[in-house]
Amino acid sequence: MTTATATHDDHHDHGPAKGLMRWITTTNHKDIGTLYLLFALIMFFIGGAMAMVIRAELFQPGMQIVDPQFFNSMTTVHALLMIFGAVMPAFTGLANWLIPMQIGAPDMALPRMNNFSFWILPFAFTLLLSTFFMSGGGPAGGWTLYPPLSLQMGDGFPFLIFAIHLAGISSIMGSINVIVTILNMRAPGMTLMKMPLFCWTWLITAYLLIATMPVLAGAVTMLLTDKFAGTSFFNAAGGGDPVMFQHIFWFFGHPEVYILILPAFGIISAIVPTFARKPLFGYSSMVYATASIAFLSFIVWAHHMFTVGMPVTGELFFMYATMMIAVPTGVKVFNWVSTMWKGSMTFETPMLFAVGFIMMFTIGGFSGLMLAIAPADFQYHDTYFVVAHFHYVLVTGAIYSIMAATYYWLPKWTGNMYDERLGKIHFWISTISVNLLFFPQHFLGLAGMPRRIPDYSVQFADWNMVSSIGGFIFGASQLLFAYNVYKTVKGGKKATDKVWEGADGLEWTLSSPPPYHSFTEAPVVK
Amino acid sequence: MKSRIARGVLALTTGLLAGSALAEWDLLNMRKGVTSTSHEVHDLHMMILWVCVVIGIVVFGAMIYAMLKHRKSKGAVAAQFHESTTMEIIWTIIPIVILVSMAIPATKTLLAMEDVSDADMTIKVTGLQWKWKYDYVDGEGAGISFLSSLAPEHNEARLLGAGMDEAKLREKFGQTYLRDVDNPVVVPTGKKIRFLLTAADVIHSWWVPDLGWKKDAIPGFVNESWTRIDKPGVYRGKCAELCGKDHGFMPIVVVAKSPADYAAWVQAQTGAAAAEAASADKIWAADDLLAKGEQVYKTNCAACHQLTGTGVPPAFPALAGNPISNGDDPMGQITTVLNGRPGTAMAAYGPMLSDVELAAAITYVRSSWGNSGSAVQPAEIKAAR
Amino acid sequence: MAHTADHYYVPHGSHWPIIASIALTTGVVGAALWFNGHASGEMVLFIGLALVAFMMFGWFGTVINESLKGMYNEQVDRSFRQGMMWFIFSEVMFFAAFFGALFYARELAVPWLLGEGAKFATHDYLWPNFSEAWPTNGPGGVGGQFETVGAWGIPALNTLLLLTSGVTITLAHWALKAGDRTKTVLWLIATVALGAIFLGFQAYEYIHAYHELNLTLESGIYGSTFFMLTGFHGFHVTIGTAMLLVITIRAAKGHFTADNHFAFEGVAWYWHFVDVVWLGLFIFVYVL
Ligand code: HEA
Ligand code: HEA
Ligand code: HEC
Ligand code: CUA
Ligand SMILES: [Cu+2]
Repeated sequence: MTTATATHDDHHDHGPAKGLMRWITTTNHKDIGTLYLLFALIMFFIGGAMAMVIRAELFQPGMQIVDPQFFNSMTTVHALLMIFGAVMPAFTGLANWLIPMQIGAPDMALPRMNNFSFWILPFAFTLLLSTFFMSGGGPAGGWTLYPPLSLQMGDGFPFLIFAIHLAGISSIMGSINVIVTILNMRAPGMTLMKMPLFCWTWLITAYLLIATMPVLAGAVTMLLTDKFAGTSFFNAAGGGDPVMFQHIFWFFGHPEVYILILPAFGIISAIVPTFARKPLFGYSSMVYATASIAFLSFIVWAHHMFTVGMPVTGELFFMYATMMIAVPTGVKVFNWVSTMWKGSMTFETPMLFAVGFIMMFTIGGFSGLMLAIAPADFQYHDTYFVVAHFHYVLVTGAIYSIMAATYYWLPKWTGNMYDERLGKIHFWISTISVNLLFFPQHFLGLAGMPRRIPDYSVQFADWNMVSSIGGFIFGASQLLFAYNVYKTVKGGKKATDKVWEGADGLEWTLSSPPPYHSFTEAPVVK
Repeated sequence: MKSRIARGVLALTTGLLAGSALAEWDLLNMRKGVTSTSHEVHDLHMMILWVCVVIGIVVFGAMIYAMLKHRKSKGAVAAQFHESTTMEIIWTIIPIVILVSMAIPATKTLLAMEDVSDADMTIKVTGLQWKWKYDYVDGEGAGISFLSSLAPEHNEARLLGAGMDEAKLREKFGQTYLRDVDNPVVVPTGKKIRFLLTAADVIHSWWVPDLGWKKDAIPGFVNESWTRIDKPGVYRGKCAELCGKDHGFMPIVVVAKSPADYAAWVQAQTGAAAAEAASADKIWAADDLLAKGEQVYKTNCAACHQLTGTGVPPAFPALAGNPISNGDDPMGQITTVLNGRPGTAMAAYGPMLSDVELAAAITYVRSSWGNSGSAVQPAEIKAAR
Repeated sequence: MAHTADHYYVPHGSHWPIIASIALTTGVVGAALWFNGHASGEMVLFIGLALVAFMMFGWFGTVINESLKGMYNEQVDRSFRQGMMWFIFSEVMFFAAFFGALFYARELAVPWLLGEGAKFATHDYLWPNFSEAWPTNGPGGVGGQFETVGAWGIPALNTLLLLTSGVTITLAHWALKAGDRTKTVLWLIATVALGAIFLGFQAYEYIHAYHELNLTLESGIYGSTFFMLTGFHGFHVTIGTAMLLVITIRAAKGHFTADNHFAFEGVAWYWHFVDVVWLGLFIFVYVL
């Protein structure tokens, strides 16, 4: 689709500063991308370790390991770390690495702010985790922070709120950078409709972020003043309404879940054509579908609140709007399958993860559609059926796409080929165990097991044990991933510039690893 | 342990052969329940499930076929087509048609579920950390009111350090571990019962799967829902909205009785309530108060202040050794318990417990764990209200 | 150094961002300690804010320097502009959350508490004595009886002030484009003055509300929405005024040319945004 004429870097610039200061002060999109990815991996491991505590307590009925309050804070912080600490930063890291290389730009548009967006994060998450050591313990009201429960938190409460503010500021700045880079920094000839889909999906994700993170900031600010300044936003006695928080939260929260999946769509749309050796089917309809999903995501939020007692017209509206999202998402799935159709496919690790993504994300999408049916959601809501739904879209969706992207671009980034055999083993163990982990949760939810409980009745015992065993295996298999990445960064078979036979796009015209500054002279895209 | 794993493997294999007669269907799928609503919801669920399964088979079928046939190792040469407006239109229209055909029955069911008119009786349900309060507001049994919390044996077995594992729990409680309460809510069959749901502290959610719905109980607001149970039986459920530490230990038990049995139950209840009210006027012996107080304390207070009165500072203050539980003037303690401490987890127990129960609990607190406060008589509570 | 304006300027490593992160973190830790009633809170908060101020001087100083040296080409300038626009958009969404709260409370929550719509049982069973429609402090009478601030006194005057300031800053812009430095500075000073007067009135109004009307942040949902909306707006006016002051000084120093003055425009946009938010406030908080 695109070819670059010219110019690899021969601009003899001062390379990076040396040592730790290089990473702390860097304004280079690749360094910052690396920092984001590393940070995300650490958060994934900490958040995953918390999930292991959850699964260990749920291994069998009866209370064995942690007390209920701590269990609730494991659930809460697990979710906050995975969403705000692992998946979002991982996508931002990928954006940093890839967007300038894919559109032929020298760097991100606002490099110093780029550094700022990253370096707030370690501070934000330190604040969040520090609440565990405060009187009253960590946040335990669920990642959704519903008042009045969330207001019962102890001394950690303001730290939690400010941690969210800081993470939000980081995302907003990161998104501004992405938008401005894409709109202002494309190489000559790189029209919007020639851009790789990863850039497109990120552009739209960035809009979603800028539109919703400030709303979350507003919502948690109201929590803060309700607790400390005597306001009555969420207190009926003062004329407020606890449910109002839920509306504001989900106005952010629903677009947020698409923030967690749109960049994944972009990644899959890059990988599938490469390994099918065939151009992406329906490029422009992919773009329009992404935009439609983003638009719809703003008018479906109350599907998380079918049981709060909304007026019935509201329930109907949100039900219909939610169901509509299946249409553009379906377009995407069908386009990927059509891309594979009559291709000449090989199944290296990135492709395996991409195929796994398509199947298991779709399963998660199906359960999402079931949840969208309001009267049925009266049964599903707040059960493990919901937990199963969102882990299918988040773990086998978002996380799988990030794994796929790592395997796909790692040889480009490091110049070394990862260990293909180990990659395949990682894929197969993960895929088998993740289904052991999350598929039975559908059954548990349907059979009546509520979510966010540390102990349960004996009839749920068998499936919970299966799920926990699957969880331990899945968790352990991520060590293979970390090891593989580590090994590749350290060395390994040299990768070619193009890396993949079917790869297409500007980033593959650069050397592997690419020079410190990618396109100091803009390439001309034909 | 071995047998558990074996059972797990069995469950898994049966699960994989989903729906096979080996597995208890209840453990894999939504319950059919015992009301017309729950039946409709179940049918709706099955319909969407099958639609998704069929779409899944078509989409994954095509994909797997391509993966098997169109691979490089099989000598496949890549075609270069990458667009077809016709196809795009087809696979936009077909899902829309499918979705519309799902939306129609869903709308019908929803409208029926939200229609609370013409109820035969009304029960107000209040969620509290971590128990339920039931007030029979109108219809047969109006005036009955009681609290319902996790049955005490379960409450002890579920503590960390109780040394319970699955085998012991099965042996001790059979299938009902964490699913029994001290006072179940009793309702007649065949009557349309309107539920008013609210909460006193944080949001809870009242859910009995066999009735086919759950609804949130929100502090300061009242939600409505209804049910009509076809056949007598015991139907169990749980609080479904995270409500703090003991959210997992807030079960619901609905006992549906035939109208005649229900009438008898109402008789018995009103009799008991009258006796209780009468006993509030008499002077209680200290031992009786203490014995009753221990019971009341265990079910209502121990969740926070702990069985030994030590609390979990700083979240929940200790009552043992607390000045408020000692000395000759119990008024501070009486008003705290009657009115609660707004803005904290300490709820107002005045509207929830009777004079006798409150006097008993307070007396128990004031004379246990080394406390040496004066005893309190029901009459003092009545006066302090 | 090789950087000329025909390359997109990519700065080298900078220590300002990490200082910014530390400053912000210190500030919020201080605020959190303070909320928890910790003695050290105010102190830490103050140190954090001082660090933020130091960082802003340093960071913006660097940028201004680079700009003056001509290291930014037109494309860089575009990046700044677009960045500023999206930043302002995010601010709009922040206010949207509070406007949303206002609409929700007024149009849904309070009517429900009054027994309107589907939730009449709420009124019958929980708040049978509640009958006070907007403005209200809720069925619990939180914060006690209060009176509201009339729209046609100070608020109307403030509206006029802000609208005028929108005009004066535009006049300053025209003067700048015409290359007339004196006029630019004068119109900017006028704008700063209008902003400062607005703030003075606003402060007066708050004191009046607290002391005479018993309208406080704690006056139920009315007080909450009133003070959070006008308070955050006032906070933004303060920032805007400070930024105006900075560009006034810079304009006086001759930092801006007729066709290169991003900083000026950024501030002007911000000021217009603050202006528009006020119009929304005036209509929805005061008039209606
Ligand atoms: C990446 C994140 C992600 C994604 C992509 C989705 C996607 C969807 N989600 Fe999910 N969701 C979450 C993350 C996500 N969700 C999370 C985290 C929660 C819980 C939050 C909490 O409470 O903690 C949640 C909860 C949640 C609920 C609330 C449940 C409850 O609490 O009761 C609902 C209800 O409607 C819902 C619906 C949907 C729908 C309809 C989609 C759709 O976008 C799916 C569309 C996709 C398909 C349908 C498959 C592909 C399509 C085809 C093959 C076409 C043909 C298909 C048909 C015509 C059927 N989700
Ligand atoms: C992107 C988001 C994301 C991701 C990736 C995950 C990943 C996982 N999640 Fe989570 N989860 C959420 C988002 C996510 N989750 C959300 C939003 C909730 C709702 C919270 C709420 O209710 O408020 C939730 C809730 C949730 C629950 C329900 C808790 C409850 O309701 O009480 C459970 C229970 O099984 C669970 C499990 C898991 C597991 C086992 C993984 C695994 O995939 C994790 C695997 C990773 C690792 C294990 C780390 C790597 C490996 C090591 C650290 C090595 C050591 C490992 C071993 C020794 C085995 N999650
Ligand atoms: C849901 C948790 C919870 C339950 C159940 C509960 N309390 Fe409390 N209680 C609290 C909390 C929290 C406080 C502290 C309130 C505060 O900060 O002022 C408290 C305070 C008290 C105090 C005042 C202690 C002091 O130092 O001032 C007394 C007395 C008391 N409770 C008695 C009881 C009795 C008797 C019961 C049962 C009928 C009970 N509580 C049930 C949470 C609970
Ligand atoms: Cu009550 Cu959960
Ligand atoms: Cu959603």
